[in-house]
Amino acid sequence: MADFPPSTGLRADADASAARGERLRLATVWLGGCSGCHMSFLDLDERLLTLAARVDLVYGPLADAKAFPAQVDVTLVEGAVATADHLELIRTVRARTRVLVAFGDCAVTGNVTAMRNPLGTAAVLQRAYVETASAGTGPPEDALVPALLARVVPVHQVVPVDVWVPGCPPSADVIHAVLTDLLAGRPPATGGLRFG
Amino acid sequence: MTVRTLVIDGEPVGAREGETILAAARDHGIVIPTLCFLEGLSAVGACRLCLVEVTGAPRPLAACVTRVAEGMEVATDTPRLRAYRRMILELLFAEGNHVCAVCVANGHCDLQAPAAAQGMTHVRFPYRTPARGVDASHDRFVLDHNRCILCTRCVRVCDEVEGAHTWDVAGRGAGSRVIVDLDQPWGTSDTCTSCGKCVQVCPTGALFEKGRGAAEMTKRREFLAYITTARQAHRWVR
Repeated sequence: MADFPPSTGLRADADASAARGERLRLATVWLGGCSGCHMSFLDLDERLLTLAARVDLVYGPLADAKAFPAQVDVTLVEGAVATADHLELIRTVRARTRVLVAFGDCAVTGNVTAMRNPLGTAAVLQRAYVETASAGTGPPEDALVPALLARVVPVHQVVPVDVWVPGCPPSADVIHAVLTDLLAGRPPATGGLRFG
Repeated sequence: MTVRTLVIDGEPVGAREGETILAAARDHGIVIPTLCFLEGLSAVGACRLCLVEVTGAPRPLAACVTRVAEGMEVATDTPRLRAYRRMILELLFAEGNHVCAVCVANGHCDLQAPAAAQGMTHVRFPYRTPARGVDASHDRFVLDHNRCILCTRCVRVCDEVEGAHTWDVAGRGAGSRVIVDLDQPWGTSDTCTSCGKCVQVCPTGALFEKGRGAAEMTKRREFLAYITTARQAHRWVR
């Protein structure tokens, strides 16, 4: 059972950072998901102002950065690992992040993104690009769009995850509680959260 | 009535002879999580969620099918039991295709709720994602095998309360599934009375009423206790 990793030393780092007046480096990542978890993050509303005073948002759909930066303190990962690009990105993210958070049901369980698993990739490409398409171009050629993995998997089946936050999406209150705990260097209490 | 005295979680508890540990615990307000058990149906000990530790027993025992005994010492909530319960729930999630977000039973589910209560934040086992079917041939109800955990509540209520025995289980191991009559589409059943008891006792969204969307299928479990209590008390009035 993966507990909060003692190796991250978030408490000590957080204290040291605060003493230096440094801000926590926060990133968000959008893999195979609907962006609903990011929308829920935006539902923090005025609490975003408090958060903005304490963190630097260094990467993600809500930030203007082309490459995932080094030395990120906390990364929220929305979505399941569904394509070759997701796989490459999540490995980079893990290598450069101290506390990696599986953010929402797709990242935690695979959820709706993984519903294609019993069908296989050929069937879903046929459905999306042939049966329901009006242009009649057929399935995309190699390298034009990221290749689908044979199976969609939750993040923790590809790289180690430090914190799981279930929910589709997690509510803004849950996200706020998790971020508050992480900013204080505490392992977030996510035990009572349910899927869905 | 012979009374037996035992100790559950350090509390002295009086119980009737022949009563189960689960019943004795519930009479005294001690909560033991259950899944396949439902008041009013026979107990089968299938899901193992109600495992308890009994001093002197070499392994945990299912509280729903273990009778009380004089001087018995029972523990219902230990680190080992919590670990087993969480593992059981994770294995159930990994075995089928449970997508809570788009399930008719989301928020009203006897699998989802104990998972949250046991602090299950994720599933450590690889998902099997089996190819399972949906039977929507009945006029009013749907069977979605993807969400079935094989608790057999539907089989038991149909046999023991409705008396139709439309449902049964076919196959072995991971290939097991509930079937209608001689493994035929539900809508073609000769024995189904369309009473809907199976739908009401199903713990998940495997059985639901046609036309229900995500999170819209709430189930009425209490009808069962009413029927069985009235039957035992000969309360039927013509």
